[in-house]
Formats: sequence, C-alpha cells, structure tokens
Amino acid sequence: MIHLLEAVADGLGRGSVYALIGLGFVIIFKASGVISFAQPGFMIAGVVLVSYLVDVPWLGFWGALVVGTVLIGLFALGVERAVIRPMIGRPVFTIAIITIGLDIAIRTVAHAWLGFNPRQVDDPWGLRTFELGPVTVQQRHAAAVVTAAIAVAVLFAFFRFTRMGLAMRAVAEDQEAALAQGASVGTVFALSWALAGALAAVAGVFAAAGLNVDNTFWPIALYALPVIILGGLDSLEGAVGAGLVIGVLQSLAANYPDALSWLGRNPSIIVPWLVMVLVLILRPYGMFGTREVERV
Amino acid sequence: MLTRNPVASRPLLHTSYRSDMALFNTRAKLVAVLVILLAGVALPLLPPSMLPDAVLTELTRGSVYAIGAIGLMLLTGFAGQVSLGHAFFAAVGFYTAAVIAGDPDGRTLGFGITELVVWLPAAGLAAAVVGVVVAPLATRLRGLYLAIVTLGLVVVGEHLFEQWQSVTGGPSNGRRPPPVTVLGYRLDVDGPFFNRQQQLYWLMLALLVVFALAARNLARSDVGRAFTAVRDRDIAAGVIGVNLARQKTVAFAISSFYAGCFGALFYTTFLNVRPDQFNLFLSVLFIVMVLIGGVGTISGAIAGAFLIALLPRLARWLAELLPLVSTRPTDIPNDSHLQQVLYGLLIIGFLIFEPRGLFGIWHRIRSWWKTYPFSY
Repeated sequence: MIHLLEAVADGLGRGSVYALIGLGFVIIFKASGVISFAQPGFMIAGVVLVSYLVDVPWLGFWGALVVGTVLIGLFALGVERAVIRPMIGRPVFTIAIITIGLDIAIRTVAHAWLGFNPRQVDDPWGLRTFELGPVTVQQRHAAAVVTAAIAVAVLFAFFRFTRMGLAMRAVAEDQEAALAQGASVGTVFALSWALAGALAAVAGVFAAAGLNVDNTFWPIALYALPVIILGGLDSLEGAVGAGLVIGVLQSLAANYPDALSWLGRNPSIIVPWLVMVLVLILRPYGMFGTREVERV
Repeated sequence: MLTRNPVASRPLLHTSYRSDMALFNTRAKLVAVLVILLAGVALPLLPPSMLPDAVLTELTRGSVYAIGAIGLMLLTGFAGQVSLGHAFFAAVGFYTAAVIAGDPDGRTLGFGITELVVWLPAAGLAAAVVGVVVAPLATRLRGLYLAIVTLGLVVVGEHLFEQWQSVTGGPSNGRRPPPVTVLGYRLDVDGPFFNRQQQLYWLMLALLVVFALAARNLARSDVGRAFTAVRDRDIAAGVIGVNLARQKTVAFAISSFYAGCFGALFYTTFLNVRPDQFNLFLSVLFIVMVLIGGVGTISGAIAGAFLIALLPRLARWLAELLPLVSTRPTDIPNDSHLQQVLYGLLIIGFLIFEPRGLFGIWHRIRSWWKTYPFSY
C-alpha cells in the first residue's frame, strides 16, 4: 500500500512536468490550430541554458530558472516572428512540418552545447526525500508539483482576468471576429509561442532535477503528445488532468513491471502511447476536447 | 513545313485524353528520362579515382531512399495522409527479409532463403499487411491526429523490436542484413567483373526504375485520382462517390509495401542493424525527402531522396569551408551537427520559400526558358 502511494507521488511529479509541456502544446493549438512539434527543442534548449546559467555565482538555481525561462520565452517569440508568421494562411499541416524542422535545428544546436559530458541543472533537491506521513516522497517531485500548480494558477488567472488573456480566448474562439473587435491576432500568436516556450523550459528544468542531462534526455517531451490527445487538443484543464494521469500510469508501470511483463522490459516507456491509442479508438477527439464539426 | 504533322511540332498540344495522360506526355520528357537513366547506368564504369566506391554506396543508398520516399509520397503527397510511421513499416520489412534470408545456424532466427526474388516481395507484403491492420485507426483520424498516432507507432514499434531478441538480436547486438542473391548470383560480394559496390548500385537503380514506373502508373490511374481527391477535399471526394475508408486503406497498404521494400534493401549496404535505427528520425527524414522534392510528384521524391543521401558529403564539404565547424567527430560543433541542422533548415527554407520543392525550382527554370525572351 505504501509502495503504491509512493508510486503515485512519483507519478504526480512526472505528471506535472508533462502537464506543463502539454499546456504549451494546447496554448499554441488554441491560438493558431497548429500542433507545434518544436516543444522538445525549446525544452532541451531551456535545460541546457539553465545548466550554464547556474554557473553564474550570484544567480543561483532559482535565478537561473527565471532568467532561463524568460530567455527561452523570448527566443520562442522570435522564432514565431521569423519562421511561423510568414506562414499564416497556409495549411496547418505545412506549419506543423515546419515546427519539426525547427525542432531538429534547435535540438541539434542545444545538443552541441551539451557536449559529450552530461550536465546538471544543480537543483537544490537532488535525489533527497522527505516523509509525508508514512510515505517517502522525493523532494524534486514535490517541488515539481508545487511549481506546476503555481504556474497553472497564474496562467489560468491570466487568461481569466487580463485584457490580453481575454484577447487570447477571443482569438481561440473565432479569429476573424476577434480581429474585428480589435484584438491583435499577431500579438496573440507571438504570446502563445512565448508562453509555450517558457512552459517547456520550466518543465524541462524540473524533469532534469536530480538527473544527468545528455542527448538522450529530450524524448521526455514527447510524452506530452499522449497527454494532449488524452486531454483533448483544445482543453487547458484537460492537459493538466491528463498530464497527471499519464504520469501516474507511467509511474505505476515502472513500479509494477511484473503486471505488464507481456510488454517486455521497461513497459513504462510505451504505456503512455498505448493509452493514447486506446483513447483514440474510443474517443477520437480526446476526453475533454471539442468534437470537430464538419461543414461542407 | 506545312506538310509536317502539327502535333509532332507542338509537344504541348494534346489531341486526345490518352496522349494527355500518357506516361511521358511530351517527347522531351521521354528523352530526358532516358538520358538520365543512361548516365546513371554508365556512372559506375568511371575509374575509382574519379568516382570513389564510397560515393557509389551513397548513390546506391539514394536509390533505395527513393523507393521509400516514393511510398511516402503516394501516402502523403497524393492521398494527403501525414504519416510519421514510415520507419516502423521499414522495420517490419527489414526483419521479414532478414528472417527469411538469415543464416539458419546464426544467433538470430533465419531460414536461409537468400534469393532476393523471394525475400523482397515477402518483406513488402508483410509491411503492407501490417499497414492494413493499422489503417482502420488511421481512417478514423484526420490530419495532425494521424501524425501523432503514427509517431506513437514508431516509439512502440522500436520498443517491441528491442524486446523481440530472437528476431532482432536485441538493442545492443542487432542482426546482419539479408544477403543479396539474384537468380543464384551473389551480388553483395565482389564478382569476377565488377565489385560489390557496382553490383549493388545497378541492382538498386534497376529496382528504383521498376518501383518509380509502378508508382507513376498508379498515380495516373483511377486509384491515383481518388487519392488526389481525398487529399484536396475529403468531404467532396466522399460526395462524388470515393470510398474514403477504402482509399485510405489502399494508400496505407501501398505506402507500407514501398516502406517494407526500402527496409529490406537499404540495410544490405550495412554490416549490422540495431532496432533503434528504425527511429523517429528515419520517419522525419522521409518527410524531408517528400517535402524538399515537391509534394505530389514522383520525380520530386527521387530528387529529394538523392539530395538527402548526399547531404552527409555536402555537410562535410561545407564544414571544411566554414571556419567554426570541424570535420573531426571529437570536436564540437562538427560536420554531423551541421548535417542535422541542415535537415531542419532545409525543411524550413523550402516550406517558406519554395513550397513546391525541388520540382518547383525546376518548374520555374523551365518556364523561364520556355517563355524566353519574354520571361519575367
């Protein structure tokens, strides 16, 4: 029983990372109808940047996290302006493929900076644990959950209470109507990319906490794809919920591999994808996503 | 002059539907293809000082890449279904061929039937069957959902192949590619007249011609037109009587057949194949070939495939020119980094500046000369 609870706690830690990356996907999808495959690139770029920034003595881990997140957000904004903006009006498939190209380019440069020796983000937690009642929880997982909760609360408040958030919701609802009401669609696109980049960077740093980062680290970001399929491509709440669900399921598969021995060793690698396929068979538009309406 | 046949002197004047839809609808096309083919066939006869065997191997791989790229072109370029799962079907084809042709006494499963005439169609068919099995999922999904599912297919497939050690040799050992025997004649060892590289080059070139002609013929048949209708507007296609589910399944099956043949053939130039070679990057590479070649053209797929096959050489050559980039693998950044960045930049650059790809560039050059001196 305690083992089970510990597995769930571990899963919530992983899941909050997936939720943050998934939120980035959903924000871009809601604004422009595109799935940005560049999220893994922004994530690894954020991790590498922070791993260098923590070496600046007066910055510390939290300073490096904030500076790195802001810089990656600005970088994503620039990428949107330079590469994605000229493509407005072209099929979403074309833009999605461009983001694959972006991902390859960004990731390669980030990996080149990573070098041959693994790097660390020098987080204050490492692999230390604390006791929560009878359950032993890793500090880095608790930190990830708390940070994700704060980020999600701020984000939802931003969408709900600010003028820019209102503009973003309006653009997601109907681009032309929003434009006619004076919302700047271009600014919304740029901001959505900046937010997605920043979220990916934060998520990456917490995923990297306590670990060595090398060039096999980036596929973690791909688990956000099952998350957004499970949650629905256009549902922010869905992304958060599904992120936690996928994280917990994956952690359970990692902790109880015998139950899934027919999937071979390390079933936790493919469990999220199998969940995704199952969801798509049952509900092709995700659990919380809006059903697409066909008009001729 | 007046007695000359007016049609012969005006290649763009088609007086019947038949001549419009012909495989080579102008004489210039036929002549150009024949000239390129002859040059391609004669190329390996150049002395090794002018054409090293390494380049010949890269061109051989280009031919096989082209077979795979044509398969994805039929699915993505003609039928409009974006698939990132090409690497998975290539893996199915490779392991089918490797098991059929493998050494019966070896570490991994093998039946010792080394005849290419047997294992190549078997590899294609096995992949096509898997394609048909996966297709029902695909026909329910559209656009980017399909891309994500096929991406998942590659990840799951890679994991399963790593577990299936009796067939794949496991993640660290891998297994040997199938030996190439055509009608009793062993091609992947140096022969009495020509060496291994030359023999494989001719074999792959011949197969590419067969596969390309088959695809070109398919594209101009009713199946090809149905594919294009599904791509351009699937609802409209459904309304005029195209069976969407069936056409998508057919597209998946044919594309997987090509991918399976690619998988079986490509690795014959390698010594050892590990399951992680069929990764997401291979799928993306095929997308790159299709896009930079020019969506909706068979010739574009071939051009894109050869460009990608020669890109490592190009990157090394560029790295020597660029002062910051080293050609030693122990340095950072080195030419393989440059090569990877080039993949990304090629996708971005082509999609922004020339969405019709290499074919589009050729098209512009052709139109410029055609309307000369009034071109603009």
